[in-house]
Amino acid sequence: MYRDTIRTFLKNYISDSINDDQDIFSGGYVNSLFATQLVLFIEENFDLTVESEDLNLDNFKSINAINFFIAAKKDGKR
Amino acid sequence: MNMQEVQKFVAERIAPAANECDRTEQFPMDLVVELAQQGWLVALADESLGGRNLDLMNFGELFELLGRGCGSVRAMVMLQNMVASLLQRWGNEEQKQKWIPGIAGGQIIAAFALSEPDVGSDALNIKASAVRSANEIKLNGKKTWITLGQIAHLFIVFARLNGKHTAFLVPRESPGLEVFPISSMLGLRAAMLAELRFKDCRIPGENIIGGIGFGLAPVGTLALNIGRYSIAWGCLGMARVCLDIAMRHVLDRQQFGTALKNFQLVQQKIADMIVSINAARYLCEAAATVGSFESRRAMMHILQAKYFATTMVARVTSDAIQLCGALGCRNETLQRLFRDAKVMEIIEGTTQIHQIKIAEFAIHEYKRKGSF
Ligand SMILES: Cc1cc2nc3c(=O)[nH]c(=O)nc-3n(C[C@H](O)[C@H](O)[C@H](O)COP(=O)(O)OP(=O)(O)OC[C@H]3O[C@@H](n4cnc5c(N)ncnc54)[C@H](O)[C@@H]3O)c2cc1C
Repeated sequence: MYRDTIRTFLKNYISDSINDDQDIFSGGYVNSLFATQLVLFIEENFDLTVESEDLNLDNFKSINAINFFIAAKKDGKR
Repeated sequence: MNMQEVQKFVAERIAPAANECDRTEQFPMDLVVELAQQGWLVALADESLGGRNLDLMNFGELFELLGRGCGSVRAMVMLQNMVASLLQRWGNEEQKQKWIPGIAGGQIIAAFALSEPDVGSDALNIKASAVRSANEIKLNGKKTWITLGQIAHLFIVFARLNGKHTAFLVPRESPGLEVFPISSMLGLRAAMLAELRFKDCRIPGENIIGGIGFGLAPVGTLALNIGRYSIAWGCLGMARVCLDIAMRHVLDRQQFGTALKNFQLVQQKIADMIVSINAARYLCEAAATVGSFESRRAMMHILQAKYFATTMVARVTSDAIQLCGALGCRNETLQRLFRDAKVMEIIEGTTQIHQIKIAEFAIHEYKRKGSF
């Protein structure tokens, strides 16, 4: 649902084309400092707050994971 | 917050001891309780938590005034605010309840341990490592230049757990942690620096802040934003003290049959000092208007303010000594501020690292939307 927005955001930081399941952190596309940009992007664009317990790499590792995370937050499932 | 009261407290309780603390390299421990009573150690937090619920402008002004008083005290207050804010934002409920009240009350002094003997600017390359087993974490490695290290009760330590950057809460009494004082620094001499050595240092398994892999960002970056912001404002206070001393001197001192103030080359220095202090102030105020330490805009404004204010204060302290001549070289306050100013260009990211980050951000924005 949010994949297009996520893809557009990631394109600003990752020049290679990546598929929706590719792990952006362990694949070396971004370093760990990128997490700040990612958290801010999610909070500012989707009007939600990333909490301490959300800081799990599984939530942020790929386009699909981020999409699922945002949807779950929006549904109040997190 | 009533800034006149803050100014009075700084002038009466902090500034008079600053040169002595600098000389003896001792932090004024008797002040800690008073700083806590003022609510300054967790100044951004609610009053119910012992804080002052300050907005960014008042928070900045507090640090400007602390900068007028003593750099080491400013650094201490800054670090408590960095750690308390980091816990407030990214700690879990238990961690908040366990540590924030103690920091607010001054019973727990907190420190921030990122730099290592082989790693300064290149923070991504930290070597300190952590291994988790059952209910315990074991830390190995070294941290150095740690402000308040000699007196801190709690360290926020950045290390790699399974290779991933992670932030840990390490109480001073943790088995396997040794603390070695560092003395004879150029500036911030009362900041009680230390090197920390971790040899199979054991901490409880739950002492991770935020998640594994999120230690440097967003956990560490929030603290660094607060630190940089506090430093930028602190520089304004330091520069004002220098300007005041230099002004009094050029009004009084006579050479060639007239007061120094009448020479145009002296006036040029005064003008440059005033304009550069004001320019730094505008950047600090711009950073104060972003409303939060956690947006891309905030980061960009804070980087600019810290970069400009620290280079400004290095110049202004030097110019003040120049205007005061030999008396400037003897003036303990000017000497201290001159030495502290150099340090401001190094801590929380050097001038060069700030330049790089500002340029990278601007280039990124140009690529993205064709303007900045
Ligand atoms: C008084 C004091 C208190 C401190 N307190 C703390 C603390 O509480 N906690 C903590 O973790 N650390 C602390 N530090 C350490 C501080 O954060 C580091 O000194 C700082 O990050 C710079 O690292 P470095 O000294 O290793 O310099 P280096 O990183 O080795 O840099 C040396 C020089 O090379 C330049 N340089 C490096 N990389 C580049 C590049 N890519 N391009 C251009 N130039 C470059 C730098 O700008 C600098 O001029 C403190 C330091 C001081 C002096």
